[in-house]
Amino acid sequence: MVMWIAVTVVKLLIYFAILMLFVAYGTLAERKVAGHIQDRLGPYHCGPHGVLQPLADGLKLFFKEDIVASEADKFLYFLAPALAVVPPLLVLGIIPIGESITIAGKTIPLPIANINVAVLYFLGVTSLSVYAIMLGGWSGNSKYPLLGGLRSAAQFISYELVLGLSIIGVVMLVGSFNLVDIVKYQKDMWLFIKQPVAFVAYMVAAIAELNRAPFDLPEAESELVGGYHTEYSSMKFALFFLGEYANMVVSSAIATALFLGGWYAPCSFLSFIPGPVWFLLKTFALFFFMLWIRWTYPRLRYDQLMGMCWKYLIPITLFNILGTGLVVILKAGGV
Amino acid sequence: MAVKEEQQFKELMAKGTSLGQVDEDIMRQNIRTQDLWVNMGPQHPSTHGVLRLILALQGERIVDTEIVIGYLHRGTEKLAEARTYHQIIPLTDRLDYLASPAMNFGYVLAVEKLAGIEVPERAEYIRVLMAELARISSHLLWLATHALDIGAMTVFLYCFREREMVLDLFEMATGGRLTTSYYRIGGVAHDLPEGFLDKVKEFCEIFPKRVQDYDDLLYSNRIWLSRTVNVAKISAEKGLALGLSGPSIRGSGVNWDLRRANPYSVYDKLDFEVAVFDGCDVYARYLVRRKEMLESCKIVKQCVEYLEKTEGPVMAKVPKVFKPPAGEVYFATEAPKGELGYYIVSDGSNKPYRLKIRTPSFANLIALPEMVKGQMVADVIAAIGSIDVVLGEVDR
Repeated sequence: MVMWIAVTVVKLLIYFAILMLFVAYGTLAERKVAGHIQDRLGPYHCGPHGVLQPLADGLKLFFKEDIVASEADKFLYFLAPALAVVPPLLVLGIIPIGESITIAGKTIPLPIANINVAVLYFLGVTSLSVYAIMLGGWSGNSKYPLLGGLRSAAQFISYELVLGLSIIGVVMLVGSFNLVDIVKYQKDMWLFIKQPVAFVAYMVAAIAELNRAPFDLPEAESELVGGYHTEYSSMKFALFFLGEYANMVVSSAIATALFLGGWYAPCSFLSFIPGPVWFLLKTFALFFFMLWIRWTYPRLRYDQLMGMCWKYLIPITLFNILGTGLVVILKAGGV
Repeated sequence: MAVKEEQQFKELMAKGTSLGQVDEDIMRQNIRTQDLWVNMGPQHPSTHGVLRLILALQGERIVDTEIVIGYLHRGTEKLAEARTYHQIIPLTDRLDYLASPAMNFGYVLAVEKLAGIEVPERAEYIRVLMAELARISSHLLWLATHALDIGAMTVFLYCFREREMVLDLFEMATGGRLTTSYYRIGGVAHDLPEGFLDKVKEFCEIFPKRVQDYDDLLYSNRIWLSRTVNVAKISAEKGLALGLSGPSIRGSGVNWDLRRANPYSVYDKLDFEVAVFDGCDVYARYLVRRKEMLESCKIVKQCVEYLEKTEGPVMAKVPKVFKPPAGEVYFATEAPKGELGYYIVSDGSNKPYRLKIRTPSFANLIALPEMVKGQMVADVIAAIGSIDVVLGEVDR
């Protein structure tokens, strides 16, 4: 028992470190990718090619004056940025980065918690992050954040549905909510080949859930100045971004597990590279995809975003479920 | 408490209803929504300078818009009364600081008309060349910021890259990048420097290809279309009634371009098409400016052809102490933003008695509330972008 606790704590620390590194360098990657897409270099002066930029940013934000809006509801105002970071950290526990490793004759499973309702847990926990943005927007007692908070409430609730519905197709095929089982199911063929519609719907919904462009309406800087985080400064502001990038990482990680074959190599002759490396590579590929989208597309309008969700994505995912269901029944020799 | 509610309150109290009951009754009768008043600007990322709008919102729909201007007022017209005709040229630079040659152009043409000065042809071609480069530069900055406002951040930097090339050309010819003050009454300050025309040709080669780059990102992009088509519409009649001009009215299908309608300088010798689209919406205005950039590029090429072949003076004989005859004159040119008119009253001295500037941005801005009524907050941003105001010109 003591052994198990010790191993779990070590795993927690390692995964947390990986996530934070990913987040820190995610911000650098964003700026580098943006730079090169836009025909410029991006950060270049902190360290070679700007590799120390995340540290400099962190330090700067840490020393900034922490301004509290005078009319704010203090409790909620302080709570919101903290809430922004919690959901992605909770999801971290179920990410199946690999199956297991053997150290000193002992087999240690790699996921921190191999729970049977992992997918449900993921949906439940990520839907909590809407509170951060809503409370952040409403507690500052300011108009632009309020509009941002209003937008995000509607946006989250709608896209949460799409996210859930797109995953159901996968769950139906695999017959399990367990992420490790889902990955093992993809040993021979990745699920995005069998479930392309669900994969696309998942990515769209994930980007919308993360408030990333082209769906970054709650913080649309050209309309709402800063949206929900207009009234925040210093580390509180940084926490929102920490949460956003951490969310991007875990969303990409979950998408990797659900659709891109988790820790399996794309072809068998490449399987000498360890699983966790593959997992991180695929996660980064999806992460990069999100950056790429952001720097290419304009922003949708609020009503168009909602229209897209309710008029197109939800019906499409429902049809996908119907189709998948038929295939599952026919394969089982059904009706 | 509103007056109506107070009355109801008194009536109900007079009837002898209990206080709690009164409250509830009033609530029942008066559940209503209230407009949210939002102040947009003068410090707002997408009001392009110091424009301030006061928006009344129902949810995200615009009920009412009030424009507040004056944050960049420098008293240009009054200042001009205390300066000689030559000294006013730098003041005109600072109207539409994004296209200062076009601003100089209108002014010197007005003065020349007043004094009846004949300008050498070479000088006219140089002026047209610079004015059209200014149009390209102004439209590039417009496309950059308009796209940025709608969320396409990459277009912003692409456009700035090309605008930089135009500004470098300005710097080469005049020494200034924004406020060029290159035009003089009777011609231009000096002839173009050596190698300038080659650089212009180089730019004209590259530019259409770069427009293709912007098109790849915007022209038929689904999101761009859904953000601009049928947004902030204004009919031709309404637009004309409000005094819209330039690309903003040509986007409503009105073929009105002073370069063609009332040719000045050498525009009647140049071959170009007037860009007119009849969508009446933000997208149509985007198409107009997009085409104008390409047409301007064509004009620039023709000017270069002429200037390479010919030589000659670039300055008419104008006395150092310049005193136009007493009288008044109005002269309008097609600036990048629309009709730019200078009205000069001269009393025969070396300073104008009165200088009134009819700037396109000021007139175009008035159409904004009409355009955005009933639209969403996000459309206000698109609408401001689509009429392309520059506040230096609005406030003067």
